[in-house]
Amino acid sequence: MGLLSDPSRRKVLTGLLTRLNTPICIVCYLAGIVWFMGLAFEPFTLRTYMSENAMGSTMVEERFSSGERALSLAKEFDAHKRKAGGMPVEWLVKAMQSRGLEVFTQSFSRKLPFPDENKERYMVRGTNVYGILRAPRAPRTEALVITAPCSPGNTNNQAVALLLALAQYFRNQIYWAKDIIFLVNEHDLIGTQAWLEGYHHTNITGMEYSPLQGRAGSIQAALSLELSSDVITSLDLVLEGLNGQLPNLDLANLFYAFCQKLGVLCTIQGKLQRNDWDTAEGYTHAAQTMMLMVLKQACGRSWGDHGLFLRYHIEAASVRGINSFRHYKTDATTIGRLLEGMVRKLNNLLERLHQSYFFYLLPSLSRFVSIGYYMPAFGLLAVILLLRVSFPGLCHCFSVSLQPSSPGVLTVLTPVVISHLTGVALYLLPVHLQEMAVEHFPVSETEAVVLTAIAIYTAGLALPHNTQRLLSGEGTEQGWKVLKLTALLYLAVLLGCTALINFSLGFILAVTLVPITASITPHMPKALYALVMVLLSPAFTILYCVFIYQELIEAPVSVSEGWMLFLSVISQGILDHALYGSLVYPLLALFIYPCWLMFWNILFWN
Amino acid sequence: HTHLNYKLGLTLQNRTSEALTPAAAARDEFQEELVIRPLHSGDIYASFQFRTLWDTDFLQEGQKVSHYRLFPKSLGQVLSKFSVRELHISFTQGFWRTMQWGQPFIPSPPGAELWVWFHDTVSDVDGNWKELTNVLSGIFCASLNFIDLTNTVQPSASFKPLGLGNATDHRFLRYATLPREIVCTENLTPWKKLLPCGSKAGLAVLLKSEKLFHSSFHSQAVHIRPVCQDEQCTSKAWELRQTLNVVFDLYTAGQGKKEWSLFKMFSRTLTEACPLATSSKVYVDITDNPELSPATPLLSQAVVLGDRRTYSVFDLTRAETFGQLRSLNLLLRWKGDGEMLRPLLHAERYVAGFGLQTGEIHTVIYNNHPYRAFPVLLMDSVPWYLQLYIHTLTVTSKSRDNKPSYIHYQPAKDRHRPHLLEMLIQLPPHSMTEVTVQFERALLKWTEYTPDPNHGFYVGSSVVSALVPSMVAMNTNFTQDQPLFSSFVPVKEESSYFVRVYTEPLLVNLPTPDFSMPYNVICLTCTVVAVGYGSFYNLLTRTFQVDEPSLPLAKRLANLIRRIRGVPLLT
Repeated sequence: MGLLSDPSRRKVLTGLLTRLNTPICIVCYLAGIVWFMGLAFEPFTLRTYMSENAMGSTMVEERFSSGERALSLAKEFDAHKRKAGGMPVEWLVKAMQSRGLEVFTQSFSRKLPFPDENKERYMVRGTNVYGILRAPRAPRTEALVITAPCSPGNTNNQAVALLLALAQYFRNQIYWAKDIIFLVNEHDLIGTQAWLEGYHHTNITGMEYSPLQGRAGSIQAALSLELSSDVITSLDLVLEGLNGQLPNLDLANLFYAFCQKLGVLCTIQGKLQRNDWDTAEGYTHAAQTMMLMVLKQACGRSWGDHGLFLRYHIEAASVRGINSFRHYKTDATTIGRLLEGMVRKLNNLLERLHQSYFFYLLPSLSRFVSIGYYMPAFGLLAVILLLRVSFPGLCHCFSVSLQPSSPGVLTVLTPVVISHLTGVALYLLPVHLQEMAVEHFPVSETEAVVLTAIAIYTAGLALPHNTQRLLSGEGTEQGWKVLKLTALLYLAVLLGCTALINFSLGFILAVTLVPITASITPHMPKALYALVMVLLSPAFTILYCVFIYQELIEAPVSVSEGWMLFLSVISQGILDHALYGSLVYPLLALFIYPCWLMFWNILFWN
Repeated sequence: HTHLNYKLGLTLQNRTSEALTPAAAARDEFQEELVIRPLHSGDIYASFQFRTLWDTDFLQEGQKVSHYRLFPKSLGQVLSKFSVRELHISFTQGFWRTMQWGQPFIPSPPGAELWVWFHDTVSDVDGNWKELTNVLSGIFCASLNFIDLTNTVQPSASFKPLGLGNATDHRFLRYATLPREIVCTENLTPWKKLLPCGSKAGLAVLLKSEKLFHSSFHSQAVHIRPVCQDEQCTSKAWELRQTLNVVFDLYTAGQGKKEWSLFKMFSRTLTEACPLATSSKVYVDITDNPELSPATPLLSQAVVLGDRRTYSVFDLTRAETFGQLRSLNLLLRWKGDGEMLRPLLHAERYVAGFGLQTGEIHTVIYNNHPYRAFPVLLMDSVPWYLQLYIHTLTVTSKSRDNKPSYIHYQPAKDRHRPHLLEMLIQLPPHSMTEVTVQFERALLKWTEYTPDPNHGFYVGSSVVSALVPSMVAMNTNFTQDQPLFSSFVPVKEESSYFVRVYTEPLLVNLPTPDFSMPYNVICLTCTVVAVGYGSFYNLLTRTFQVDEPSLPLAKRLANLIRRIRGVPLLT
């Protein structure tokens, strides 16, 4: 610290930082991006390994053999599903009871805030059926959950049937130390949410459900199974959960270990692993896989039934069977064995999964990037905001603004308050004004909500940029500096907190927001900068993410399709918030958007 | 010595030769009994009871006991040394599924449970209790030494003495559970050694650990209490009851047919009674008409837990029981389609909420009686690290507030004693009563965590005790030839019977620091960031002035002199 305490050298350093502020910021920004892209490069990543001793060293021999029976069961289930026109509750109860489980049902109902056009539902009413396999000589304190959603149409019959076949096989074994709950849930995530809320006797989303009759203590881990064909070519592992939460990495390791052992092709983000990391294609492949994970995590929704378990501190993942045109096929018996192996190893757990990482990115199933490696990428972007805060031109006015007599505080307060009020309007009005909008315009409820949101968002652009005049007349030079100082600190705190919880979201927002916010002043060519600012605003970020995501999953869309997708993403975001408590929509509406508006305000300061 | 015992046993059986032996010895007695009950679920319930009566009264002043016959010396010494009036200890692996299996003959919570009434002459009860648990820990090869003041309570009403005497001062009662205790062969062996015949003869030959622990439920217990020797209660005796309950599972046992035999259950058959036993009987519950072979003409009826049951009785002291093959292998086969008698009282418990800060304990008690309300005593002992908010305690029945008529609450002291909550609640007929209380999870000191902190911490079962109205008249007259399983809890009135129901224990996660490397890394990086950023920020925001370089010592001295002289200073 000699450098910092020596006044003359400090002066040099200060001078250097002041003089080279802009170049340093540019270098930091580029370094952040490069660091992030470098994360997918294999030599920079770590190989995954099993940290949990209880799952690593124990041997498990898989003996499940009734895959064929499961497939015929799937046909039977399908027939009953058609007959019942939905979930065949009675048949499932009987099927589980005859396999020696304690069976319970839970009915639930939920009125969505507005109709979900993707899944075509508004008033949802359903029943969950679950059977508990009581472990011998266990005191009902710990449990594992295996779930299979009962989906409409032809999908997922095999998953439910495999679940029943596994239940039958598991029931005859003596080695269980934890109770196993077999859950068949209706209406996918809504059913899971109802069941989880019932199990933990909470009500956070306004769901109506009947109380659960049977419980099995604290749930240690959960697996969700999605399977729609008799044979599959590969199994896909889905990890991203609500609010970007991820299960412990050991769960992914466990899945990967058993895929290796049984010779099942396994993918993550639907992408197979490649061995040619030293070629450009190999790197691009890994980068695409990682980018997909980042995009999925950033959007904060649950990408499978497992995602809702994570809130309750239950490690969970979804296993999805993919049937494509490859020649190599895996039958139901092998999938059953894979699940048997995983459940038996989870059964061996002495503690909750906690040994391995909770914060990671996966460029492939066998490689991971831990928090220590990816955080610097974000840090390099965030430090730009701090460098701009400490930019002498700004920090002098900081001391000025603290004097109570100065008009600075008031001039700043008005735009801050007005920006946030716009944010509150963006958060509250779309859902609450839908009826009025439907009355006056020829649109459906869903369209009404989304279009209201976009309208308020756009109106916000016009509203606040003259607000400081309301109180103090002419905007002063000092005024915008104080405002920029406040806004920069605010953004730094916001992004920092977001990145700690959901790195992907924080990083994506930082990439788009930092360059413009760091450079904005009122003395720039207004029209050009206004255009750039709008193009880098949160809404456009979502739009770009939609296009990039479609590109990455190899389903590119045209501009108009992309626009439709963008609209549905917004409606899904609002629905996710209302139904499952996803926090991305309130974060964007209540904090990020107002913060961006404050910078918008600076541009039009006069 | 065993030879002598054997001889004594023979004399016991043969009362005509009583004159040859000392009178006191003749009154020691040993009975053994096995009850087999086929369950509706297809499982089968086997309950062993061994009862040793010891005709002595060492609690009287000056009486010294040095001679032991049938009663195990290890326990006898413990009783006299610690002035124990009554002792109940149970080790259970698994949870009794009341709704599928009905009520057990003698209930017990998962893990270990110990409750002891001390004699009212004891001055240092806590000291005696501490020593006693350590001694018992050695006798039963169990972790009872983990019982200390932090998990011991003194229930005021739930645990009354079951034997003679009307002790009501709960200062002499200690109750503790260890929900985490795992029961295994090493606990079974010392338990078997307490039997007069060991596991060499009689019913105890069936107790093979490889089968007993291949089951859904296993519970073994020891109950010691003073009882009357005869109906007039002219003399007292000590009664030692050793019970072992086991439920075998239909599915894990093989083909899933409701077909059981002694051999299939225990991989042994019976060939003789314990020679020291005055009575040795096998009861098979045939109320639901299972096919039983060999058939026996001996039938017995008993009213147990409010239900009149019919039993086939096999008397092992009679040679004809064993038939031609000289071995008894009972075969049972049943359909089990009929309705099970719904247990009138049933309770369960769970933790509600999520996150590691707060939570809520829900205890749900069901009264399945169609038209009778009855009161129950609920006892909850919660460790101190769940800090109960007792003001949030609610009791609701049929969505209406149900005010308990008696509440005894003793708050916890951090690191010293647990919470104790006892309530007398009236259960309306055919109702579900929910008792909820919120708690906050304490942050422990880092040395207080167990080696596996992420497993969670256990909260023992709550205990619901009740006099349940009986559908049939209970048998109140006390006779010697009553089967053991129906005579454990004394029945005082015909209209009701005593039931104790245990809920499941809870596993609660406390906020746990990450004890491994990442924790250090975070601390380290935070420090670096704090120091680095702090000085960086300081550097950039402060305005600097160049300090005048300080003068050399000689010049300063010169200045000092110049100041005194009043001439201009050097610079």
